[in-house]
Amino acid sequence: MVAALTRVFGIHNLALAEDVVQDALCRALEVWKFQGAPDNPSAWLMATAKNRALDVLRRERTARTFAPELGRLLETEWTLRPAVEEMFEARTIKDDQLRMMFSCCLPRLPEEAQVALILHILCAFSAGEIAGAFLSTQAAIEKRISRAKKVLAGSKKLFDLSDTRDFPARLKAVHRALYLLFNEGYHGASSESAVRAELCEEAMRLGALLRDHPASSTPATHALCALMCLHAARLSARVDASGNLSSLLDQDRSRWDGALLCEGRRLLDLSATGSELSEYHVEAAIAAVHADAPRVEDTNWAAIVALYDTLLTIRPSPVVALNRAIAVGQNEGPERGLDEIEAIRDRDRLAGYPFYFAALGELELRRARRAVAREHFRAALALARSPMERRFLEQRVGACDEPRAST
Amino acid sequence: MSEFMYLFRGGQVQGSPEQMQQHMQKWGVWIKELTEKGFFKAGQPLDRTGKLVKGSPKTVTDGPFAESKDLIGGFLLIDAKDILHAVELSAGCPILETGGAVEVRPVLKM
Repeated sequence: MVAALTRVFGIHNLALAEDVVQDALCRALEVWKFQGAPDNPSAWLMATAKNRALDVLRRERTARTFAPELGRLLETEWTLRPAVEEMFEARTIKDDQLRMMFSCCLPRLPEEAQVALILHILCAFSAGEIAGAFLSTQAAIEKRISRAKKVLAGSKKLFDLSDTRDFPARLKAVHRALYLLFNEGYHGASSESAVRAELCEEAMRLGALLRDHPASSTPATHALCALMCLHAARLSARVDASGNLSSLLDQDRSRWDGALLCEGRRLLDLSATGSELSEYHVEAAIAAVHADAPRVEDTNWAAIVALYDTLLTIRPSPVVALNRAIAVGQNEGPERGLDEIEAIRDRDRLAGYPFYFAALGELELRRARRAVAREHFRAALALARSPMERRFLEQRVGACDEPRAST
Repeated sequence: MSEFMYLFRGGQVQGSPEQMQQHMQKWGVWIKELTEKGFFKAGQPLDRTGKLVKGSPKTVTDGPFAESKDLIGGFLLIDAKDILHAVELSAGCPILETGGAVEVRPVLKM
């Protein structure tokens, strides 16, 4: 709704659009309290917001300027209502959301601000919920959002989807933001599991919007969506029956979501066109190799190592290198895995990453050097970011004591 | 470019609500076109009711003010090259399909 209203009012009137939505919600609460909720609450809200928008446009059309691209259409009653109606049509609303998504990914804004804006404006997350998801305080998030909104409102115009010059770069930023959003839900540091699954869902919903629009339905978009589907399919199996984190190797694979795996593979096939090989292609391919193995011992680790090699050329990062080393360890034994970790060039950047020490611990444990493994797991535990990670790592520390530890 | 005013007279639409709506959409399309080409300046539709103030004792009476066919239903202010151009631009007006008329008048510069 905010996206549609901002289209009508212009990006510089973002706050006005939010006020109108807020107003519609307050009206709803008042009216529904006495009359009960209508059959179609979202249509009711939409109609209320639309009428409020018409009031505002009539009252303030001499005092403010609204969306420059609609210009005079809002000035005369001949066209005011039809123009507003058009903005609220389902198809236009989809485009509005897309336009807003692109507008939120302003190059001038830091990535985390872009993601926070998307969550706030397009997913209607409160500052508190966003703070929960990003392990930050509500005040800090509120400040980040209001600063980002100011920058956004100062950008004068919503991003024009037909702008062929800036589109590819902006699409990349949008991909990145959705990827971060999804990751926050999947690997995120948050302890609130409900919010996390929602982040993944929202990232996938916005990804589907990208796929729906001819301009943004590129191979990289399909690859990103494939990646999200393949990971989301494993989401429910990441936590075991007692609510503890379960590593990929130990997961009950029968709990993977078959429909999502299918959809992910289908999208991955669709992404295999054009000449561009994005990091999302490679990451989705890695996820697909995992998905193809009915049991962990069936995993084609050699293929995964090769894919990580490719990924390192596209997006070199110590975390990617660490994951590659773990795959090497699976394929060629723990000694080789440890060698590879040793060889990571900017290994010091991993010093704050709990899963770096957890990986060292796993590999040491597999070659039965329990005391060393225990030290690594303890180091990881000290860095744990959520109660769930902490419980998982405590259990790994405990595994070092058992005479026959399972890995 | 000079300013012209269109006065829309008569042209009542009869029919179902759907037909009325379709007719209003035609107005929207026509005005949108004028807007996009940069000819449109201002204008509003007018309600069919009102008051008439007349004479030096300023008597006030209710409408209607003339025969229904002469009733002004709205006005537009446009920019056009000359009167011929303004007439040409009025040809797309939907009121002409319902028996109404567009009065095209140059704005007098005083």
